[in-house]
This record gives sequence, structure tokens and C-alpha cells, in this order.
Amino acid sequence: MTNLALETGSEILSLNSDQLNKLREIVEQGLPINSQPYLAIANQLTAMSVTTVSVKQMPSTAVSEQQVIQQISTWQSEGLIRRFGLVVKHRQLGYSANAMIVWNIDDIDIDAIANQLALRSEISLCYRRPRRLPDWPYNLFCMIHGQSTKQVETQIATIVSELGLSHIDKDILFSHKAYKQHGARYQRQVSA
Amino acid sequence: MSISVLQQQLINQYQKGFPLCAQPFKQVAGELGYSENEVIDAIKQLDKLDILSRVGPVFDHKKAGASTLAAIAVPAVQLDTIAEVINQFDAVNHNYARHRHCLNNDAGHKDYNLWFVVTACNSIILKEVLDEIESQTGFPILVLPMEASYHIDLSFKVNFSGVHHD
Repeated sequence: MTNLALETGSEILSLNSDQLNKLREIVEQGLPINSQPYLAIANQLTAMSVTTVSVKQMPSTAVSEQQVIQQISTWQSEGLIRRFGLVVKHRQLGYSANAMIVWNIDDIDIDAIANQLALRSEISLCYRRPRRLPDWPYNLFCMIHGQSTKQVETQIATIVSELGLSHIDKDILFSHKAYKQHGARYQRQVSA
Repeated sequence: MSISVLQQQLINQYQKGFPLCAQPFKQVAGELGYSENEVIDAIKQLDKLDILSRVGPVFDHKKAGASTLAAIAVPAVQLDTIAEVINQFDAVNHNYARHRHCLNNDAGHKDYNLWFVVTACNSIILKEVLDEIESQTGFPILVLPMEASYHIDLSFKVNFSGVHHD
């Protein structure tokens, strides 16, 4: 079967805002692992609409599989969804050395250096964040996921030497315990 | 723990671009030369082994809502207890104990050893969550929102030949 959203063109109705919020909540937690996961989600949204829409509103509240697929596809093309697929736990796959390298780089140099770091295949994230003086002087954060502390240390030493960064103040924070690791939930209220 | 060839292929080829069609697992199966049931079973087993977090989206935090990296400096003996308090918040999605490695230039910076990510649908709720965590833990939070992203590639090539499983 090919892509339903493409086949049926632009005639598919958009979801209302309640449905959009609910769809986002559902997909954030992952697809159900069965033959027709988008249909299952559509049915879940339909059930929700039936219970929340007031009788005076007339619209057909049934949500179709195509609407779900099209909406996810739209979120992807808008960039709201950066990628869609298997999200794995690195740690469980033997990538237990998770290092956050933090640098204190002069503001004037940070973009140039960060762009060089970002090109390195070992580095999976490279973000600028604010300094919080005097407690926290570092303004650039890189992540490396490696299979051992030693391997990651070697990778960092290589990067520092090849990019000529030995004069820059830095620190490395290895994680030694993961208390929680799951996808973001963009919740609408504080709850603990 | 043993990971089948199919599971390795799923992990390395479907971290992005998962099919958006009526029977996505069937499509994946066709692309890899397996049956739909084999793919579904393989994914269920990855879930059971706690290797899979989910099959789903990774949102762009900036576009999807408000989020920040945060850290607190906790005495080592209290680390597990405080981590547990923070874990109770649904808005916290990553929470790691980290230790500083260098310390060769210790200029009196605080020893931030508990690092977590907080997300919410907007910055007002985010601030409320941070305030609540601060009040429940009793520790001041270092709040470090992203200001610029130079690179992000969360899809991650796993080298199975070099992996040592416990």
C-alpha cells in the first residue's frame, strides 16, 4: 500500500485544535505496535471527540487514518517533528559513556568554533547556552555518546588537538546514572 | 542480550523516515525482506529488552514548546533521593547524574551533579515547573536554555560489532 495522504490529495479535513493537541500527546508516547497504528490512533481520537464535543456542535467528529497520517506528515514538513522513527536507548545498546563537554569560549569566537565542532561526526549535539556567573562559566555544550569512557576521552583529545582548542577552558561531565530517559511531554500544567 | 540482524537493521535504518502509510510495519518488512509479523515481533522484543524508547517523533523543542536544560548541585548522599523527587515531574524527560571529569582548573565553580531536561507547552508553565522543583528539592536550579543550535543529529549509527552487552 502506498502513501494514502499523497493519493487522496489535499481534500483531507484538518483536525480541530483539541484533536491536534490530543494527537500530539498520543504520538509523543509512540505508535501502538500493531499492523495499522495510524488507524488505531484515529479511532482513539474519534472516541475522544464523541465524549467531548457538545451535542449542539454538528460536525462529523470521526477522525480518519488519512487525517492522522497527513497531520504527522505536515508536522514533519513544518519542522515541528525533527525525525520520526525508532527512538532507542543508547545506554542499553552499550553506549554507556555519555559525555557532556562544556566550553567557556569568548562570545566573539563562539560561532566559528561551534560550527567547526558541529562538523565532527563524534559530536551529536552542539548548543550555545547562557553563562551563569559566578557558578557556571561555560557557554557551549557538546554531547558525545561512546562505548567507553576511555574511547570518549580519546575522541575529545583528538578534537581538541585537531581544532587547536587546548587554550580554551572546558570541563567534561560523564553521566554515571540515568534516572529518566524518555521523550518530551509538552504538558499544559504542573504536575508531580 | 542478543540483538538479531533484523533488529540491528531496524535500529540503524529506521530512526528517521519511518513510513507514514496504512501499514507501516508491512512496508518496513517489504523493504528489509521480512514478514510484517517478524518486524512487529522484533520491535516488541526491543521494547521488552528496554532498548526501544518508542516508535514515534522527536520534536523540535524550540518549535514544539518551551524547554530547558537544568542542573542542581546535590550532596552525593542525597543524590538518589533528590533525583527521585525530580523524576516525579512529568515535565522532566531526561535526568542524569553526572560527575565532573577535569577539575584541573577548579575555579570554585559549583559541582553540578544532577542534570535534567524540562519541557512544557510554553515558557510560563516551564517557569512554574522549575519553581516547583526548586521548592520541593530545596536546591537552587541552574537554568540553561538553548540559545543557538549548531548541530543536531539524534539519529545515531550503532556499531553492533563493538558493543559489549552486560
